[in-house]
Amino acid sequence: MGSFFHRHRGLTPYLLLAPGLAWLAIFFLIPLGFLGYQSLQSGVFPNFEFTWEFANFTDALSTYREHLLRSFLYAAIATVACLVLAYPLVYWIAFKAGPWRNLFLLFIVAPFFVTYLIRTLAWLNILADEGPVVGFLRGIHVLDEDGRLLATTFAVVSGITYNFFPFMALPLYVSLEQIDPRLLEAAKDLYASSTQAFLRVTLPLSAPGIVAGTLLTFIPAAGDFINAALLGTPKQAMIGNVIQAKFLESLDYPTAASLSFILMATILVALLVYARIVGTEKLTG
Amino acid sequence: MNPRMTRDELLRRGAAGTALLAFPSLLAACGGGGGGGGEDELKDVLNFANWPLYIDVDEKTKTHPTLEEFTKQTGITVNYFEEINANAEYFAKVQGPLSQGQGIDRDIFVFTDNSRFPGLLVNEGWVEKLNKDLIPNMVNLVDAQASPPFDPNRDYSLPWQSGMTGIAWNEDLTGPVTSIEQLLEDPKLKGKMTMLTEMADSVGLVMLQAGDDPTAVTDETFNKAIATVQAAVDSGQIRRFTGNDYAQPLTNGDLAAALAWSGDIVQLLSSNPKLKWAIPEAGGMIWTDNMLIPQEGSAATASTYMNSVYDPAVAAQIAAYVNYVTPVKGAKEELAKTDPETASNPLIFPDDETLAQVSQFDSAALDNDEYITLWQGVLGQ
Repeated sequence: MGSFFHRHRGLTPYLLLAPGLAWLAIFFLIPLGFLGYQSLQSGVFPNFEFTWEFANFTDALSTYREHLLRSFLYAAIATVACLVLAYPLVYWIAFKAGPWRNLFLLFIVAPFFVTYLIRTLAWLNILADEGPVVGFLRGIHVLDEDGRLLATTFAVVSGITYNFFPFMALPLYVSLEQIDPRLLEAAKDLYASSTQAFLRVTLPLSAPGIVAGTLLTFIPAAGDFINAALLGTPKQAMIGNVIQAKFLESLDYPTAASLSFILMATILVALLVYARIVGTEKLTG
Repeated sequence: MNPRMTRDELLRRGAAGTALLAFPSLLAACGGGGGGGGEDELKDVLNFANWPLYIDVDEKTKTHPTLEEFTKQTGITVNYFEEINANAEYFAKVQGPLSQGQGIDRDIFVFTDNSRFPGLLVNEGWVEKLNKDLIPNMVNLVDAQASPPFDPNRDYSLPWQSGMTGIAWNEDLTGPVTSIEQLLEDPKLKGKMTMLTEMADSVGLVMLQAGDDPTAVTDETFNKAIATVQAAVDSGQIRRFTGNDYAQPLTNGDLAAALAWSGDIVQLLSSNPKLKWAIPEAGGMIWTDNMLIPQEGSAATASTYMNSVYDPAVAAQIAAYVNYVTPVKGAKEELAKTDPETASNPLIFPDDETLAQVSQFDSAALDNDEYITLWQGVLGQ
């Protein structure tokens, strides 16, 4: 073996890459190709035929534009909410929690020890009409007597925010934790106020974390369907719910496949625009 | 040899199952257990896929007494899989191998006749014929179930249990809710009631309320029903659409009323006496879960098992536990000997008067893609 590698030194990187590439090919590219093939089929289950049916895309887009827009809106609100909630929390953990850092990080990750579905089901109890949260909000007249949280847009966006929170918090933590505190001391020495030091030192240095966290939150949130299915009503249905129903209930595989492609393409375009705005070096840290 | 199912084997089967779903072509290579081989010979293992909480359970030993008894009598071990949670979802899992002409390592699976799937399975030839010679007890099948539209001669299927769809309400929060009209219009129920995601249940009940016939759906009656439900969604009267997840919110007070299935309510009533259930004044819906033999399953083994559940004594034992309507003649009389109270429950053994109030949804409408798309639109998807 040793002599084989010695003689074919140029092959080594490819051999090392091979398992990863094979994985990507088998579990990503081939299914993706199949999905593309399916998205251009026509007919009725189970007799679909490949007919270059591009109308699937235009039909799906015109019928479900509202669902797509709603999905991106919910994902955007949830991403911003995650950022606003996570930044101060993680900042505190990184700079002030001292020896307790790992414990607090564990608290952030702890909900992940429970299945996604169960975590979301728990919100059904937390936000129940006769539960403590709604009771309190009614007590202080934020909600009127018949007011509710479940089966509302608020519940769906909150559910998404909660479920994807760690995807925002952990990359943020990594970028904040790497900041050398001496840089902040230096800023102070140069007569920067705390606010100026934060805005001109901490914030720019944590930008890669913000970018990574935003992407990790926004992308899966846009395709999510569990939160809308369990915490919402038909009025909150997201594109993920439509894709699921097309695959499972309507057995309309071509439309489901074309919607999946539209979702993927839209996210990709949004990603490119985002990368263009914030600069690619921040994407890679 | 009847090897007991060990944890290892369970895991292995689970892993094999996953692989099968991903790579249907591998299936031929691993003909495990009772699956594999279309030839009709009796196997010593029966793989039975059913819905959760849908067979008798001995609470102490966590075993299924009727299955144990079957094994004792026939020497056939039953691997019982509680793996069907929704018709559509389970169908999506098995249609891959079935459409490739392959088996799914199951000898019996159960689909509801108010979905399009039993008809689809029979029409596509994805199920095996029953071996009726091995099912002499088939004479005990109730007359009402003898000739369903998807399988007029019962060549491919036999009912497991039936259930009725009506209105359940929580007495703490509302007085009796006796009609669909009241459910959809009473301002006290606004945002406190749900309907079912099953098209046949929800649309059927709304049609009955409108005086239309859900057993013979037309474009006009269907569109009228859809418009009624859509209006109730738009006004916020309907909180959401559910599967059997209405149970918890109905008991904890998030919901005052819901469209609900009879057997669920019988089970819930024992711990929540404030729950009530009734067939709406204009009539209720009835549906039946059917046992079918998937392609490549062992018809002889499956038929032998079906014969045993059509023994009234066995049927009585199962009905007493699951609280749904048994399709087996004589089960009521058998149960009256040991459990007269359950035997007199009209939700488990409905009398003729009750049965006259319930209808079965038009099976052609179930497979109408246009209707399905319209209904999914009401559900927001």
